[in-house]
Amino acid sequence: MYNPTVARLTYRALLGRRRAAILFVLPALLIVIAVAVRAFAGADDQVAANVLGGFAIATMVPLIGVIAGTGAIGPEIDDGSIVYLLAKPVKRPTIIFTKLIVAIAVTMVFSALPTFVAGMILNGNGQQIAVAYTIAALVASIAYSALFLLLGTVSRHAVVFGLVYALVWEALFGSFVPGARTLSVQQWSLALAEKVGGEGAITSEVGLPLATVLLAAVTVLATWYAGQKLRTLKLAGEE
Amino acid sequence: MSTETGAVTGIDNTRIHNIGYRAYDGPRLGRGYARRSLYSQSLRGSFGLGRSAKSKVLPMLLFGVMCLVALIIVAVAMATPNASKLAIKYTDFAIYLQAVIGLFIASQAPQSVSRDLRFKSVPLYFSRPIERVDYVVAKYAAMASALFILTVTPLLVMYVGALLAKFDFADQTTWFGQGLVSVALLSLLFAGLGLVMAALTPRRGFGVAAVIAVLTISFGAVSTVQAIAWETGSAGAVQWLGLFSPLTLIGGVQSAFLGATSHFPGGEGPGAGAGVVYLIVVLALVAGSYAVLMRRYRRVGL
Repeated sequence: MYNPTVARLTYRALLGRRRAAILFVLPALLIVIAVAVRAFAGADDQVAANVLGGFAIATMVPLIGVIAGTGAIGPEIDDGSIVYLLAKPVKRPTIIFTKLIVAIAVTMVFSALPTFVAGMILNGNGQQIAVAYTIAALVASIAYSALFLLLGTVSRHAVVFGLVYALVWEALFGSFVPGARTLSVQQWSLALAEKVGGEGAITSEVGLPLATVLLAAVTVLATWYAGQKLRTLKLAGEE
Repeated sequence: MSTETGAVTGIDNTRIHNIGYRAYDGPRLGRGYARRSLYSQSLRGSFGLGRSAKSKVLPMLLFGVMCLVALIIVAVAMATPNASKLAIKYTDFAIYLQAVIGLFIASQAPQSVSRDLRFKSVPLYFSRPIERVDYVVAKYAAMASALFILTVTPLLVMYVGALLAKFDFADQTTWFGQGLVSVALLSLLFAGLGLVMAALTPRRGFGVAAVIAVLTISFGAVSTVQAIAWETGSAGAVQWLGLFSPLTLIGGVQSAFLGATSHFPGGEGPGAGAGVVYLIVVLALVAGSYAVLMRRYRRVGL
């Protein structure tokens, strides 16, 4: 199921010269904010939870997920070079699975790691907040990567749709329409963080069992469907 | 046997074949015409006009959302008894709908410049009688105009609605004027930043993400830090933190000079002194993005 050559090519596509820059900028920004906040406010559990929940989990993780998830396959489909990969005797689901593993790894490294570091800077893991949000970021990385990898195979405008989901659905609708919060990767992953973090430090809209089921279902279904989609991929010209 | 064709027979013996090619002697439309064409094509393109039906969907949808929200505001104002003004100020509109504006510039700026870079059509442009400055100016102007159209149309809807509802003419006109200046500044600033980010990468996907990162993520980050600075009693720092994201810059300028409500925590925008700094930073960013674009296209695509 895992093809090292495909993995190597994907890593190189994702972490090539300029592309990696934006992946570095966001975590760096988080760390800078953490340092600034610590300097302003001192160690405060509520402030730490606000920064990690409001910036790291709500904007940074989805954005890194979009870049890594769609970036793992989107550009190849876009410029048509995917045909050389598809022409090799490698199963299509294997390609998707390998690319998913790479996307997950990249998203985790660039989102969970800085989240943990920022949490340690903010309040030295008081009330387990740093660990809780790191776990949320790890879990969210998996779901986001699968989701956005699927988007990358389905649509040419995957990044835009991914951003619409992350910014408009999760952030905008999520804050107005309570029901939208049940259908959000962010809330599912927070459900896990809720269990790990100290009492009342983190809240989620979704119960843990439901969240676990939904996370697993979305990941598996998205990966499976992306594999199917790649089997019947049509290469269209640029519009 | 000779294989002569065409009109010249017998006289010009040096020519073996003449298949009747003629030099172009019609009018040459020149640099200004090429620049205008590039501008109008880019402007139409950013709304999907002259492109495939699929690429019309997103810009038109975003444009529709903007107008729809404005219509709802007008409808609410008309349905409310004894209303004397609209529920939302002209200057607040763009701030509330920043996600829509962000998505528009993020999807259209790469569309405008990244594809030229990726398919190496930039050298073809420069084989026409246009210079680097023409290309950059045309693209910048087109993007800024597109954003201006996107942001000013809902304001116009609100203004017309307010006048139809017989709200005070002088007040509405003043406020509308202030809103106009504010969205004009916003269009210039966002178009510049968006084009710079998009021109740096020939890959459309990365361009989209980069533009969003600069416009929306920086706003999220600045707001978070501002809120924390406000809560922890460093209120003086709030107004200077606003300098670090494009939207808070516009917000600062309009609350200092254009009578807008400030969205900074505590509701206190920068005063006139800090407002001048905000304005200078905005203008510097606009000039800076123009300079970066000029530099970017000095050696390009080859």
